Amino acid sequence: MAGSIVLENIVKRFGALTIIHGIDLQIEAGEFVVFVGPSGCGKSTLLRMIAGLEEISGGELHIDGERVNETAASKRGIAMVFQSYALYPHMSVYKNLAFGLETAGYRKQEVQTRVNRAAETLQITALLDRKPKALSGGQRQRVAIGRAIVREPRIFLFDEPLSNLDAELRVQMRVEIAKLHQTLGSTMIYVTHDQVEAMTMADKIVVLREGRIMQVGRPLDLYNNPANQFVAGFIGSPKMNFLDARLSEKDSSRRTIEVAGQEIVLDRALSTKDDAPLSFGLRPEHLSIAGGGVSLGTWIVQLVEHLGGSTVVYAGKQSGESVTLVLDGQRGVRIGESIPLGFDPSSLHLFGADGQRL
Amino acid sequence: MAFRSDTLVEESRAAALPRKGAMRRIFDRNIHAYVFLLPWLIGFFGLTLGPALASLYLSFTNYDLLQSPDWVGAANYVRIATADPKFAASMKVTFLYVLLSVPLKLAFALLIAMAFNRGIKGLTLYRAIFYLPSLLGSSVAIAVLWRQLFASDGLVNMALWQLFGYEGPSWISNPNYSLYTLVILSIWQFGSPMIIFLAGLRQIPADMYEAAEIDGASKQRQFFRITLPLLTPVIFFNAVIQTIEAFKAFTPAFIISEGTGGPINSTLFYTLYLYQEAFGFFRMGYASALAWVLVVIISLFTAFSFLSARYWVHYDD
Repeated sequence: MAGSIVLENIVKRFGALTIIHGIDLQIEAGEFVVFVGPSGCGKSTLLRMIAGLEEISGGELHIDGERVNETAASKRGIAMVFQSYALYPHMSVYKNLAFGLETAGYRKQEVQTRVNRAAETLQITALLDRKPKALSGGQRQRVAIGRAIVREPRIFLFDEPLSNLDAELRVQMRVEIAKLHQTLGSTMIYVTHDQVEAMTMADKIVVLREGRIMQVGRPLDLYNNPANQFVAGFIGSPKMNFLDARLSEKDSSRRTIEVAGQEIVLDRALSTKDDAPLSFGLRPEHLSIAGGGVSLGTWIVQLVEHLGGSTVVYAGKQSGESVTLVLDGQRGVRIGESIPLGFDPSSLHLFGADGQRL
Repeated sequence: MAFRSDTLVEESRAAALPRKGAMRRIFDRNIHAYVFLLPWLIGFFGLTLGPALASLYLSFTNYDLLQSPDWVGAANYVRIATADPKFAASMKVTFLYVLLSVPLKLAFALLIAMAFNRGIKGLTLYRAIFYLPSLLGSSVAIAVLWRQLFASDGLVNMALWQLFGYEGPSWISNPNYSLYTLVILSIWQFGSPMIIFLAGLRQIPADMYEAAEIDGASKQRQFFRITLPLLTPVIFFNAVIQTIEAFKAFTPAFIISEGTGGPINSTLFYTLYLYQEAFGFFRMGYASALAWVLVVIISLFTAFSFLSARYWVHYDD
């Protein structure tokens, strides 16, 4: 059973300091939603408010249509996986998994059935008698997830659960959590600062910054149509190139912009002020060397990274501008070489002085 | 790197010394360290190990400070074990004191530490104030004050009379109550274990409680299933230290009973009896034997504590 969640003008204050500024959000039953943003953006605080671990200063929180602002954490039908795993070190894995069920007063037989079922799902049956200190990071993470599963909650909350794992294990666990979501069909909210995790796991991404939602949408919507410069820069790796631009004085139709010494004609007129600064955004994978499309002039190669499947090129101009390119395959680009850059105009992103998409 | 080079130079120099013993070479190499260690070494050998070994020897003698020690073999120990009713009385008082004062002091210290751990304002000041009795507690002045408080016309009885109209006994003159006043004095010195408990409580990650809260565990269940088990290393440490301290307790009983251990041996701590034998009757040999019996008892208790720890003390890693 999955639960739906509605946040209405949710506010969090610590004394005079406001951390969350009136957030509105709807999460459908069974969705995998990822809260993503830089450190201090309020994503964990928001998750903890949904969990009932943090008091809600203003607004309303509804789970399955019921207002739960004052409802105790244990009565919200949620389970949470913590960044530090929060396993009880003095209890065996079995006891860790059973703790919540025993607390809720389940009969011993039912506890045993549920624990064994969760252990089989997570392939930790062989570890049930061990103490957490005898487990690897990945195994501890499985136990932490198992502790959530046994309670059969409507909603799973994950607070940066993979951040303590090494890169390889992180990828493996990412896949396992995604599979788990498919198997259980529960609503899952997952907090991370890693945009790759967000892109690969989410049905819906909520990008947060300084306690405000910057954009909500499906991963590829955010990638293709970022609502503002922050989201454009945050989603995608390597991050989007931003170059200073302005409207050309020579073109009264307001369709030409000057960027990196080049004049680029747009397919539409801009409504910004004549002297307003603009940001010209292009993803590294949308730049090409001497390809078709619109020219961005000649650039000097400053650094080349050969990744095997792709080549990352860092190029700059005398005037100080720099861009990153991701090229398919293995390329024979050399440092110091002059390269003509071009791009497909449909991949261009323009942002105004306020950071909003134009 | 400079240290490593110096060490290499020293090592090669030491290696070059012809026909010197290995010990001598090590001594030459570490001479500076020994110079710095000297004050402690003098203190240890002159004031701790030397007297301890001397007392071990004396425990097998009759010695009254005036004549040379007279070797009597194990006679002192035999007398302790078979023919000394005061030994049994002092043991009974001491064990009762240890069994009462240590758990009560630890429980009280934990209670106060948990109250402090809730993040109250002015914690630093309160912590200092509550620690103060531990600094003063074993002093002569406090023991004298305690005597005044629990005397028949003392503050405790005045308060009982004013509040409840109850005329209290003379707590320190009545053998039924005298030991308990010393137990209360011991509990009052809860500052040291309290500070250690507080540090231990701070070490328990908050998300353990949050996970338990989501699981619906009450505060009581959280205390018994999370706090206490995770605090067992600290409880163990405090229990061992406080028990040793309790076995060694002397000053309060000495002051309150004026050195007699009375009334009717009710405050005759083992150390007080030992003192009486040594400096009251100048039976230094017998007192030394008593001291070594105490060492053995404390050692056995400590060994038992460490052996039992594997069954109830939970270490994270």
